[in-house]
Amino acid sequence: MYARMLVLRFPKEIVDKPIVTNLVRNYNLSFNILKAQIYPRKEGLMVMELRGNRKDYERGLQYLKDIGVIVESIAQGIRRDEEKCYQCGACTAVCPTGALHIKRPEMEVLFDSERCSACELCVKTCPARAMIVLFDQKMTLEV
Amino acid sequence: MAAVSKTYEEINERIRKGQAVVLTAEEMTRLVKKVGPEKAAKEVDVVTTGTFAPMCSSGVFINFGHTQPPIKAAKVWLNDVPAYAGLAAVDIYLGATEPAFDDPLNKVHPGTFEYGGGHVIHDLVSGKPVRLRAEAYGTDCYPNRHVEMTVTLQDLPYAVLCNPRNAYQNYNCAVNLSKKTIYTYMGTLKPRLGNANYSTSGELSPLLNDPHYRTLGLGTRIFLGGAQGYIVWHGSQHRPDAPRLPNGIPRMPSGTLMVLGDLKEMSPRWLMGVSIQGYGCSLAVGIGVPIPILDAEMATYTGISDSEIVTQVKDYSFNQAEPLAEVTYEELRSGCIRIGEKEVPTVPLSSVVRAREIAGILKRWIEEGRFELGVPQKLLPNPLRPARAS
Ligand code: SF4
Ligand code: SF4
Repeated sequence: MYARMLVLRFPKEIVDKPIVTNLVRNYNLSFNILKAQIYPRKEGLMVMELRGNRKDYERGLQYLKDIGVIVESIAQGIRRDEEKCYQCGACTAVCPTGALHIKRPEMEVLFDSERCSACELCVKTCPARAMIVLFDQKMTLEV
Repeated sequence: MAAVSKTYEEINERIRKGQAVVLTAEEMTRLVKKVGPEKAAKEVDVVTTGTFAPMCSSGVFINFGHTQPPIKAAKVWLNDVPAYAGLAAVDIYLGATEPAFDDPLNKVHPGTFEYGGGHVIHDLVSGKPVRLRAEAYGTDCYPNRHVEMTVTLQDLPYAVLCNPRNAYQNYNCAVNLSKKTIYTYMGTLKPRLGNANYSTSGELSPLLNDPHYRTLGLGTRIFLGGAQGYIVWHGSQHRPDAPRLPNGIPRMPSGTLMVLGDLKEMSPRWLMGVSIQGYGCSLAVGIGVPIPILDAEMATYTGISDSEIVTQVKDYSFNQAEPLAEVTYEELRSGCIRIGEKEVPTVPLSSVVRAREIAGILKRWIEEGRFELGVPQKLLPNPLRPARAS
């Protein structure tokens, strides 16, 4: 089983197409949507975990790219500003996936973007505002 | 073997010669466990401690220089954050928790408090230009009624960090017994004992390494915000008579420090503006205190480990006044504590990584002869301080 957390950005021409249904039906993939949003000018953004065997996953990804969906990994969506982060650990109170976690006994606070679901709970919890959301900004920049 | 006894002057002499033996509090804990306090006291001259966390009772005295024509400022804002101007003409005090005048606060709860006094202080030490606005009623000697200018820390004639309460000796571990998430100065607390937040650096923490303040008082030189500063008094809410363990460690919040230093020498890495959701703005302050190992008793104190320090678990939702449990810092740092039947994940708010870094920097300063011990002229008050034979 292969699983990846992805950020999908849909241009407005295809925002109303049954893309996810096709992924399931034609590529044998399962999914878990963590976030879906349509912006004022009709572009869409979706954060989802896509699961299946490696080959189906690759084919599904190709399908998305072919029809014009911009695919990014979460790492490109939520980032930690290492200058600002002072390694306290406050964010671990709210992070539901363990992407933000503490390495013991050193007490270092690590950010594993592979495990991040882009829920954004850490953004306002972090006293230093070290957790940065990138994809929303990018979206608005392009329109 | 004769009991070890050293004076400040002897230790400073060794620092000047580059011969002082300095360990961080973590290193000292390991050494004392291995060789015992007598031997450790003989080998070690100074133990360095550290803490880095939001410390709300912080702020800066600023004199922004006389203007032409002069103004007796009655109201002053720095980047739209109000400062206290009820001092002489161009003297002000900017407090860390003051939000910008137009901050929506908690009108939409929980507020995010993006910018406040702590952030202004951070911007100043970062060398960033800050907008200063002053209003006055005008007098014969100070006719000016309105001033607007851009200042940098370098331009300011005077800027002194003066924090009336920092470096709390021990602090509560906070939990939430209610049914909804609450947003506190102890961070986000999820309902029904969802998490337990705590905020000291444990065995690295300054006042936990000298529990009776035998070496701490007016004139103790410290690491403050990346520069050398001083303990100038006991802090507000200093409460030395809190119940203590036999090893001297208070079981709840106890001693505090009032500290002071030249803001112009400090660095943005060690003075960070912070936004605490639902609560307000603050300033994360880096403090490191050197503890002179005058004798075996000081070696015993600095040899303390997280397993020998306890604190109280308190409900922050106002459902239960009595502490729910007493836990050690070893348990807190393990990531999980037991409260009754429940396993509760623990969340640190004080940065152990940064505390360790501060203890390391202070150690280097002393080893390199750049930092000598300040001899306290008046110790922090403590009616329970054990009487000394000598
Ligand atoms: S957005 Fe933040 S809180 Fe949410 S999963 Fe990612 S790291 Fe954790
Ligand atoms: S809360 Fe913010 S500053 Fe603290 S460890 Fe998490 S990301 Fe870093």
